Amino acid sequence: MIQGLIEWFDRLLPRFYTAFIEEDRWKLYLQGLENTLIMTVAALVIGVLLGLVVAVVRTSHDQQRPGRRNPVLGLINAVCGIYTTVIRGTPMMVQILIWSFVILSSSRNKVMVGIIGLGINSGAYVAEIIRGGLMSVDAGQSEAGRSLGLNYLDTMRFIVVPQAFKNILPSLGNEFITLFKDTSLVNAIGAMELTYYAARIGGRNFDYMPPLIGAALMYLAIVIIFTWLQGKLERRLRQSDRR
Amino acid sequence: MIDVKNLSKSFGDHLVLDNISEHIYPGEKVVVIGPSGSGKSTFLRCLNLLEIPSKGTITFEGTNITNPRTDIDKVRQQMGMVFQHFNLFPNMTIRKNITLAPVRTKLMSQAEADDTATALLKRVGLEEKADAYPAQLSGGQKQRIAIVRALAMKPKVMLFDEPTSALDPEMVGEVLEVMKQLAEEGMTMVVVTHEMGFAREVGSRVLFMDGGHILEQNEPHAFFANPREPRTIEFLSKVL
Repeated sequence: MIQGLIEWFDRLLPRFYTAFIEEDRWKLYLQGLENTLIMTVAALVIGVLLGLVVAVVRTSHDQQRPGRRNPVLGLINAVCGIYTTVIRGTPMMVQILIWSFVILSSSRNKVMVGIIGLGINSGAYVAEIIRGGLMSVDAGQSEAGRSLGLNYLDTMRFIVVPQAFKNILPSLGNEFITLFKDTSLVNAIGAMELTYYAARIGGRNFDYMPPLIGAALMYLAIVIIFTWLQGKLERRLRQSDRR
Repeated sequence: MIDVKNLSKSFGDHLVLDNISEHIYPGEKVVVIGPSGSGKSTFLRCLNLLEIPSKGTITFEGTNITNPRTDIDKVRQQMGMVFQHFNLFPNMTIRKNITLAPVRTKLMSQAEADDTATALLKRVGLEEKADAYPAQLSGGQKQRIAIVRALAMKPKVMLFDEPTSALDPEMVGEVLEVMKQLAEEGMTMVVVTHEMGFAREVGSRVLFMDGGHILEQNEPHAFFANPREPRTIEFLSKVL
């Protein structure tokens, strides 16, 4: 038993050597990590833009004056409602497979397909984050703005949105972390990100443990760094409350 | 000036205002009193359509504001409102709180608005607070700023929704003083309040509301000296 353990540890270094150093394989991990980060950022940009539009449509639809409802806005709102329901009600993996093999089946650029799949998925969640942030601002604030004769858009722009921003930013950071980890799913459609390379190298060497543990540590390191940055930012935002 | 006809408002099944008709004349200081839940705040909030009436019409200087086609922003620019919880914008300085609306509605240029803000702040004795943020002020100071913010739009009528109810007792006086000054200058005012002293001293007419109705109204001295309705007598015996 002890003998076996010692032998196992003894072989560990050569195994990691094969997985990372031999034939400059570490470059492949970095290349994968780069793609992972590109996909995360690009998907987040799509998600935030999409989420912003959906959130604005849904809140402004809910805040219309009765008797003055806009039918076009009603239709767009219904589309947004279906979008969030479908995206949040189906597994991310299934969505990515559908994007890759059904809707964009002719595309060779799997990273791009991954970005679209992840971005559109993220949009539904970001929409709810932004909507929650807007609703967290005291109703008295927009009442005060409107009672002064400011229109809806000005009230949003100068009064509600700046205050909502503080509540939205931390949740958006969490969404970034979730998205970053979820990029590993697109390995299923063959996009060359970190998990893809780790699994490939594991397969080539008939030794999965070192590359997968290595990849996991890389994900973990980036999440820890990002969480730390996020904490710093939140502390700074809270400080301005006490002024 | 403001004409209310057959105004009803219900939240779901709960009828808060029941067929109210009332007229507010220029220069009047109408004080609305009554127990909580009587509908007085809802009545006030209907006047500038922060609450949408379920039935009835409200006309402001000849414009039917309950008509969905009326540009309510234009109407609200002429009606100032002061809230129980001040509702200053915490993300802006006091000066910006005051100048935002006049500038954005193109009533004034930024320079004009800044001058107006300085003059108004001087009037309430808070000119040194122009660059402070709301979080740095006391409740009484916040409410005086809120009044100034509404006045910067040069409104024709001011609506006050329990302006002193959220204040520490020692700060009530400074806010009432500003309101008294405003009344003396001839501003048309509708004030929902629990300050009976203010009602008696400043009001030109007192409305007593209960259960969604205006039960009784009178000139303040007569109202407090000889209330007619049993419900009014009961209410006054508890609060005076």
